[in-house]
Amino acid sequence: MMTTHHRIVITGIGLTSPNGNTLAEFRTNLLKGVSGVVWFETRYMGQVLAGVCHYDPLTYQLKKEVRRGTRAGSIAIYCAQEAMADSKLDFPSFDKSRIGVYLGITEHGNVETENEIYNISQYGYDTKCWSHHHNPRTVANSPAGEVTLNMGITGPHYTIGAACAAGNAGLIQGVQMLRLDEVDVAMAGGVSESIHTFGIFASFASQGALASHADPTKASRPFDRDRNGIVCSEGGCIYILERLDRAQARGARIYGEIVGYHMNSDASDFVLPNAQRHIECMQAALTKAGISPSEIDIVSTHATATPLGDIQECLALRAVFADCPTTYFNNTKSFIGHAMGAAGALELAGNLPSFDDGMAHPTLNVDHVDPQCEVSNLVLNAPQKLARVDYILNNSSGMLGINSVVVVKRI
Amino acid sequence: MTNDQIKQAIIQIISVIAPDEDLSRLKSDVALREQLELDSMDFLDIVMELRKRYKVEVPETDYGHLASLDSCAAYLAPRLADK
Repeated sequence: MMTTHHRIVITGIGLTSPNGNTLAEFRTNLLKGVSGVVWFETRYMGQVLAGVCHYDPLTYQLKKEVRRGTRAGSIAIYCAQEAMADSKLDFPSFDKSRIGVYLGITEHGNVETENEIYNISQYGYDTKCWSHHHNPRTVANSPAGEVTLNMGITGPHYTIGAACAAGNAGLIQGVQMLRLDEVDVAMAGGVSESIHTFGIFASFASQGALASHADPTKASRPFDRDRNGIVCSEGGCIYILERLDRAQARGARIYGEIVGYHMNSDASDFVLPNAQRHIECMQAALTKAGISPSEIDIVSTHATATPLGDIQECLALRAVFADCPTTYFNNTKSFIGHAMGAAGALELAGNLPSFDDGMAHPTLNVDHVDPQCEVSNLVLNAPQKLARVDYILNNSSGMLGINSVVVVKRI
Repeated sequence: MTNDQIKQAIIQIISVIAPDEDLSRLKSDVALREQLELDSMDFLDIVMELRKRYKVEVPETDYGHLASLDSCAAYLAPRLADK
């Protein structure tokens, strides 16, 4: 049995999602079926479908900070400040050298590089017009570093590049650093600014994996027979993680305990997920949590609405949760699209209130379940009241075959 | 450009670089950095904008001439005479 010093709990959540700028707003919209997908103007491509956030950057930043930094950094600052406020930690008097910032990213720098290339194209490609801000904007630690600059945090900061498994990866890093006593508070999660580069849309389009639909709110449709690809989104979600003993000592509100996690690699393909490795990743996380699959009440699935990806995940889900009559499955991307580096962190956050209200939010836009995506207890189109929610498993995966799973327990 | 036009052009550039600052009471003969929160990256932004907007190159050895609005005008006037 782990001591309370090594048990890691969530005591604060800050987020911005295409359908909400607080956990309460996000949760309400997940239960009401409110999508955040809209038409979005993108350089060179015109109108595309995207999940766009509507937080106010000036809540926590000066205009100059916004101009000098990056969208991912601004999102990270908003989420970090919101999370810190939500935790009710005495931040002004807290030892800032004992706070670590660990943020998952799918990619970083594409937006800023594309902007600079466009910029110099307006000046005959004269590289003297390439901004001196480009390097500080594109170093890979940028979003996490912007948080430390904004908040005066002097502990460690870095990002974890983990494709679309990154949100969970950020959380896992935070757990590990707390258990190693490297920090006393971890600000961990994931962020994404990916919609601000045309490249991500163009690449998915060339791959045949970009969603299209006349109605933006119906474009992201994981598990549906007629799904046709990914809706790209921006967003962020940062958690305040603490050791249980410290959280209890200060009487913190505890959202849940991270009792299990795992990451592994497919080692099989650049883009196609591997069901067997998904299975192994989920099983390893459950083993670390010390529970059986049937004890999981809600599985927050990763499915992005690509034809093949969803099938692979469902193969894995059917294998791991074969005899689990009280395990339910949902999907957040059907509301907000794929928030890339933020996806896993946001998807977990949207489910955590289930510990209190016992509701499983649905998967939207499933008119006809793809027979190859049939999973028992898939919550479709309307929320479902569950008898009790004690464990949530959050599943994520990404390109190059990277999988991450986090298991959270009610406390 | 006249000296006044040059000063207004510099103020316009600074309004983009330092959008939180009140520029209504800038003194022409006092160093900009004594009146505003400007760091070395901001000065590079001024140099960059002069390059982009007016095709004026300010070599690093001349950066000191951009210290105040007056010194900017004096330094840039011959370079912007035909602008």
